[in-house]
Amino acid sequence: MENNEKQGFAPADYKNSQNARWCPGCGDHAILNVLHKAMAELGVAPHDTAVISGIGCSSRLPYYMNTYGMHTIHGRAAAVATGLKTARPDLTVWQISGDGDGLAIGGNHFIHAIRRNVDINMLIFNNKIYGLTKGQYSPTSDRGTVSKSSPYGTTEDPFIPAELCFGARGNFFARSYDVALDLTREVMVAAARHAGASVVEVLQNCVIFNHGIHSSIIDKENRADHTIVLRHGEKMLFGENNTKGLVQEGFGLKAVTIGEDGYTIDDVLVHDAHAKDNFLQQQLAMMDGHDLPLAVGVIRDYAAPVYDQEVDRQTREVKEKKGYTGLRDLIMKTKETWNIG
Amino acid sequence: MLHDTNVKTIDKVVIRFAGDSGDGMQLAGNIFSNISAEEGDEISTFPDYPAEIRAPQGSLSGVSGYQVSVGKGVHTPGDEADVLVAMNPAALKTNLRYLKKDGVIVCDGDSFTPANLKKAEYATNDPVAELGIDPQRIMLVPMTTLLKSALADSGLDQKSIMKSKNMLALGIVCWLFDRPLESVLKKLQAKFAKKPAVYEANAKVLRAGWDYGHNTHSSMPVYRIETAESRPGLYTDITGNTATAWGLILASEKSGRPLFLGSYPITPATDILHELAKRKDLGVKAVQMEDEIAGVCSAIGASYGGHLAVTSTSGPGLALKSEGIGLAVMAELPLVVIDVQRGGPSTGLPTKTEQTDLMQALYGRNGESPVCVLAAVSPTDCFHMAFEAARIAMEHMTPVILLTDAFIANGSSAWRIPEPEDYPEIHPHTLPDNRLEAGWKPYDRDEETLVRYWAIPGTPGATHRVGGLEKDYKTSVISTDGENHALMVETRRQKIARIARDIPRVEPMCAVDSDTILVGWGGTYGHLLTAAQQLCEEGTPVAFHQFRYINPLPENALEMLKGYKRIIVAELNTGMFADYLQMQLPGKEILRINKVEGQPFLVKEIVEGVKRLVSEN
Repeated sequence: MENNEKQGFAPADYKNSQNARWCPGCGDHAILNVLHKAMAELGVAPHDTAVISGIGCSSRLPYYMNTYGMHTIHGRAAAVATGLKTARPDLTVWQISGDGDGLAIGGNHFIHAIRRNVDINMLIFNNKIYGLTKGQYSPTSDRGTVSKSSPYGTTEDPFIPAELCFGARGNFFARSYDVALDLTREVMVAAARHAGASVVEVLQNCVIFNHGIHSSIIDKENRADHTIVLRHGEKMLFGENNTKGLVQEGFGLKAVTIGEDGYTIDDVLVHDAHAKDNFLQQQLAMMDGHDLPLAVGVIRDYAAPVYDQEVDRQTREVKEKKGYTGLRDLIMKTKETWNIG
Repeated sequence: MLHDTNVKTIDKVVIRFAGDSGDGMQLAGNIFSNISAEEGDEISTFPDYPAEIRAPQGSLSGVSGYQVSVGKGVHTPGDEADVLVAMNPAALKTNLRYLKKDGVIVCDGDSFTPANLKKAEYATNDPVAELGIDPQRIMLVPMTTLLKSALADSGLDQKSIMKSKNMLALGIVCWLFDRPLESVLKKLQAKFAKKPAVYEANAKVLRAGWDYGHNTHSSMPVYRIETAESRPGLYTDITGNTATAWGLILASEKSGRPLFLGSYPITPATDILHELAKRKDLGVKAVQMEDEIAGVCSAIGASYGGHLAVTSTSGPGLALKSEGIGLAVMAELPLVVIDVQRGGPSTGLPTKTEQTDLMQALYGRNGESPVCVLAAVSPTDCFHMAFEAARIAMEHMTPVILLTDAFIANGSSAWRIPEPEDYPEIHPHTLPDNRLEAGWKPYDRDEETLVRYWAIPGTPGATHRVGGLEKDYKTSVISTDGENHALMVETRRQKIARIARDIPRVEPMCAVDSDTILVGWGGTYGHLLTAAQQLCEEGTPVAFHQFRYINPLPENALEMLKGYKRIIVAELNTGMFADYLQMQLPGKEILRINKVEGQPFLVKEIVEGVKRLVSEN
């Protein structure tokens, strides 16, 4: 389906002449540029690619693409993308949503697109705030967040996108952050190559309404100790010079320093993104960057039957088996008819 | 075989089958109407069922009915029944009011047990006397006793035996109306092909019913129904919902665009989803989405992808889809929305019929958001209008809302299967290659029709973005300019208005030279036509027209209406179409006949209404 044969496209082939109208310094600029690069690396022609978005700052993205695209309505991008991909499995379909669009008003479509396992690449730009409506808390805002609509702090707990994805029995989840250009490109490519619904959460900075919300984890001086890059088949190492690692402790995970407290490199877990059982992957995805490092990279990538391919296959099989030449033929062969002369 | 009975020849007859939801009354009624259609009769059916799947047995709320009219000049299932088949005291009590004064009742005498009488809230133990029924007009058939003796050697258990009670009733009705049992047996054989024992039992019971009528009630009149002179051709029976699904399939064949349905279950529209889900065998992709909104949105995605895209629903679902339909208005994508209207507001009367979504279809969206609105007038017309909805959507790049209703969606008629040449090719407004070379923009339009071009993803050189934001008329990029917005609003309005050039003109029927015209729209056609014919016969000549194209109206519609002194609009709401016409005919008073009881009109209600309005105005 997603033919990865390089056809010689450059990032500029996916970019159109419109100037992106996001605020200067907005994380969306970086993600857009990386998406152009990821598409070039994948090599699917711009005319075989469609980008579907909802409403919000991030959802303006299709206007800056030279692919097919639709800027739809608030929360419904996943449903529109599902229809497009089911009708046209030959296209590569990307869905762009923010945390409000994808997880609040569009929460139902988000979980069902994942459950169905329709082959769309869902990018969730998570800045934990509503930007386009000028600064209300979102379903990923931390408890106590002070915003225009929560002047005394929120009194509700947030969704963790990964947990929703796993709860909906997702088969692909990856995470990155706006300034990690290479890593974002890497996970976007992996998401596109995964057959089935793939969710990529990109932590993104809103310079106007939620500046620095991810700083304590992803800023240069913090990221070595507060994030861990997971790659399938590699040891789970992090920290300056990879001196730290994750080990199993009981049913949970523990961060250790190699060479201390009797831990050696052999104790450090090896990441298995392809495991069917998602127990460990889910634990990794739930690490919050404080007690345990925030996991970035491809956390789960498991191959399962793909909705749009199954619909297509079933339709072709049933059609072939019955062999009707058209509506009239079907009526003649299945209905009782009588002649009035 | 009828030499010893009193045979009465009549044009048409109305039979109402009533019993518990689980009594199989719909099946008995359906078989009866089908064998009549095969005899050459016109048929019209009306299933009238409660919202509960299985209400308590024997209770008043659990009664379901199936009314069928067969014969010559049949346009409606009939106001009142000539024969009522009642399977228990509750069915007798709730359905008696649908029976003609001189009508005949067939009732299960064994069902008059103290427990059943109590459940049906009778004060005495004699329902016949209590309801004031003339004992000469009721056949109290000991159905349970007959069943047990007919199936004594069958080896079936009590529960299975009772299940074939509907066939006993059908046997009696077949005797009463001189219908051949052979046709019924053929149908049962097909239905129970894999269960020969069940077939045998049902066949035995059916014959027992016929024999019972023949042997014990030879003094009751047996009716022979006149057959109609229909247009020659090959016929089958069809419900409105199936017809809708098939019309869409034909439109897909005639346009070369694959058919996609995004839907969500809702009464009374779900049968469209059922039928199209089965039609994977014709290459249809019908998906059940997570909600109504996803239903319309997935269809919009498929439409962008170049499919004939459809979403099917009823009133509450249309409300949920309104933002999505607005997106299709703005993106100027073809989209067919089927609204099988039911009683509202809110959950309202989910299984009953009304015409109360007209204003929602016309205006129920934010902003200036015009769409094409059509209405089907009968079960078989659902086929034609679904085809039309798809044709207009793809040729004019617009959402089209097709209004049907519970009455025509569930009702069935004999349908002449169209010949391949009966329907035209559809020419979707796709992007021609030469346009692409000329520097195409997504909102470039055909100057005559104002229709933009459908550029299908996968086409090299035609990549483009559409969406809900306003676009510049010339450059097709996002624009918030006020003058441009006004121009785009007017362009979208004009685009819909110009569809009027592409639909049939109106031609009134009946007494066209009268000074009074009776007007309706959608599923009330049969009742209004019958009423208009009756009025003409009874010395109140009226012209008659039933509208199928609501927005835009046919080009000559207003001129035609202006020619009449009195315009009387009859509809199953409090005056929505009348208001719609009134807006466009200032200075002309639109007279009204309205009903909102969740039931179709009775012909006599319209006849009396017209007579009153004519005498008063």
